[in-house]
Amino acid sequence: MAQKLKGVDVVLVGLGWTGGILAKELSEAGMKVVALERGAMRSTEKDFAVPMIRDELRYSARNDLMQNPAKDTLTIRNNPSQEALPMRRLGSFLPGEGVGGAGVHWNGHTWRWTDMEFKVRSLYEERYGKAYIPADMTIQDWGITYAELEPYYDRFEYTAGISGKAGNIRGKIQPGGSPFEAPRAREYPLPPLRSSLAGEMFAVAASANGYHPFPRPTANASRAYTNPDGARLGACQYCGFCERFGCEANAKGSPHITVIPIAMRNPNFELRTHAWVTKVLKDSGGKRVTGVTYTSVLNGEEYEQPAQLVILCAYAINNVHLMLLSGLGVPYDAVTQKGVIGKNYCYQTGAGATLFFEGRHFNPFMSTGGLSMVADDYNTNLDFDRGPHGFIGGYSLSGGMTGGRPISFRPLPSGTPQWGKAWKAATAQWYGSAMTISSSGSVMANRYNYYDLDPTYRNAFGQPLMRMTFDYKENEHRMSRHTAQAINEIAKSMNPTSLNPATARTDPWTVVPYQSTHNTGGTIMGVNPRTSAVNKYLQSWDYHNLFVMGASVFPHNSAYNPTGPVGALTYWTAEAIKKRYAKNPGPLVSA
Amino acid sequence: MKNVPFNRRAFLKSAVASSAAAVSVGLPQSAQAQQKAAAPPTPSAGYAFLNPDEAAFIEAVVDHMVPADELSPKGSDMGINTFIDRALAGGWGKGDRLYMQGPWKQGVPSQGYQLPLTPAELYRAGIASANAYCVKTYSKPFDKMPETQRQEFLVAWSTGKVNFENGPPARVFFTMLYQNVIEGMFSDPLYGGNQNKAGWKMIGFPGVIAVNQQNIEKYRDKKFPANPLGIADMS
Repeated sequence: MAQKLKGVDVVLVGLGWTGGILAKELSEAGMKVVALERGAMRSTEKDFAVPMIRDELRYSARNDLMQNPAKDTLTIRNNPSQEALPMRRLGSFLPGEGVGGAGVHWNGHTWRWTDMEFKVRSLYEERYGKAYIPADMTIQDWGITYAELEPYYDRFEYTAGISGKAGNIRGKIQPGGSPFEAPRAREYPLPPLRSSLAGEMFAVAASANGYHPFPRPTANASRAYTNPDGARLGACQYCGFCERFGCEANAKGSPHITVIPIAMRNPNFELRTHAWVTKVLKDSGGKRVTGVTYTSVLNGEEYEQPAQLVILCAYAINNVHLMLLSGLGVPYDAVTQKGVIGKNYCYQTGAGATLFFEGRHFNPFMSTGGLSMVADDYNTNLDFDRGPHGFIGGYSLSGGMTGGRPISFRPLPSGTPQWGKAWKAATAQWYGSAMTISSSGSVMANRYNYYDLDPTYRNAFGQPLMRMTFDYKENEHRMSRHTAQAINEIAKSMNPTSLNPATARTDPWTVVPYQSTHNTGGTIMGVNPRTSAVNKYLQSWDYHNLFVMGASVFPHNSAYNPTGPVGALTYWTAEAIKKRYAKNPGPLVSA
Repeated sequence: MKNVPFNRRAFLKSAVASSAAAVSVGLPQSAQAQQKAAAPPTPSAGYAFLNPDEAAFIEAVVDHMVPADELSPKGSDMGINTFIDRALAGGWGKGDRLYMQGPWKQGVPSQGYQLPLTPAELYRAGIASANAYCVKTYSKPFDKMPETQRQEFLVAWSTGKVNFENGPPARVFFTMLYQNVIEGMFSDPLYGGNQNKAGWKMIGFPGVIAVNQQNIEKYRDKKFPANPLGIADMS
């Protein structure tokens, strides 16, 4: 029997970026807030100090900061006719765990998603006609506009200390930035990072080929920075241990050094670590949620935490899982296409070429998570006519490296032996003399890509695992062919000594190797309760005192990293809760 | 900003937002001094998991894959065999962070690892199967085979042309073994491999020290004179 605790105003499930922002904002607004984090406390001083943190085996090959699949994982399959089997070890994506969540070990890439995503169906229908969108492609408008979100993007960028170059300030195109950017109110808080040789070489070639390269906006502080909340960031040292690692210099914009410590100083806020939420509780009338049940993973005790407001702030996959485990909303059914929870799971796609330049020195270990040059000519450029190529969505191109950690980064020309003296000689020769050009591409929602509960496999708490059904569809294959061609044209124009060209991805999605931790959808936002789980304020249509944060609310996935809109939407929701919901609890949008 | 020597004071002023940052930059110079004085560490002898037959197999594999030449010592002199042994004896080998609940099915390749074996169990069964295959095909276990036969077997094994009768899937074991050889060659020497940072020296990876805000411009298109440091050098 769960021990019932004293009720609070707000319970947050998970304490990463979204939970951290809400912990700070709502506790400052006078609400009593409790955060339940399934993982441990983390601090830069204890957990990310040099030399310990510079351990590629521990943190990258063995995923020390990530979720442990022995306790909870997913089952996976490519289509509904397959039998789903457990993802027995982490591979394709790496959900975070612990205070700060994935916000401590991300690379920092921070983008503004625009009306090209938020109005995706309307835009394509208007331009190409309804028939251009395949019947099984379940894309829909998000119910929010870029103009509404702009101030909240700004807020997040200044909180996280984004280094970048604006391309469009209040409608005026800025040299050095992306001309395809939506208008922003002001510059980034920090100038771009120092460029790398690889980034510069890519930029020169891309420009010569008619592209518009610009420095990637990223939460790697190009110089020491104090954010508007008074949190201090150090300057990035280009150490090459960024993604999958915490930053010892506090140079990576992360919740554990910004919003969370501020919340921790507020007596209205309480953090409980090692608290694994197993269920959100509903009242008997079925219109409100009443709190959550959680298990302490330190002693196995079960607790009930009543709350006026329940906000899911876990990793995107886990938010959807908790909704399904708790019986909240109608689960999505791919056959009847009824229900919404689990609908529109999306991922991303990518391609890459490796370029070998005899005699050049890229020093790949002098790098950081966001150190590259990007071209969005086939991404956020609305004038790029997708019609002749037959796809929807886009991809960004980039040149540069994020680090040279040698277990995972040892570029070799195709055909090099896998071992022996020739392998050693080639490894030594090319380690410092190769660079990459890569792409990140969107994935449009599809009727047959979704989550539900697995009928067979269970987690450490005896609960059904989440089942993920996903594969790339013809739309993504077409875009992938276009991508590979674009990458290879730029690469060849650079006259490398040798080239491992990009290849179009048309094989099924696989759970190995690592690809991207940008899993989206499952509790999608929208304008209609029959086709979405939450409204534009990320409030459940079914339970007005339940909100869902994070990328599970995205109705489809773009080419961009999700953290920009994840952060912006959280500030947007925080304001709606403080200014409207707290005064008059109820639906913020009438169904 | 070309060729400006690393300015420690300026770095400290710009980077110190936490005491951790200060610690990280305070260590390198003293650690470098220490390293010059100290004798190179040697891998501790003995095996914690591998039995004598398994150890002979692994030593033969790592010495074949990483032969001695002017670029590095041979695999066992770099401790790659020790790395593998310690990995198998420890948590990773025993299947921590591995979902180990049935039912067990092979599935399709896109579903990844589906064996009911921890890495240590896969090695135990896999080495026995590989040696059985070698005895059947070459009349000798792998470690007794000459170079040309070792090469022939490893090529066939790595390209999916070898099947283990009544054993684990040969390809799955090869993939794990190869990944572990790479890890043993390039991970921090703390784990028993990459002794004397020979793997890092071979490619010019500097290891733990990475204060590159100035270096990224100073060494633009120039080879960085890496004198690699591991975790133990700074502890």
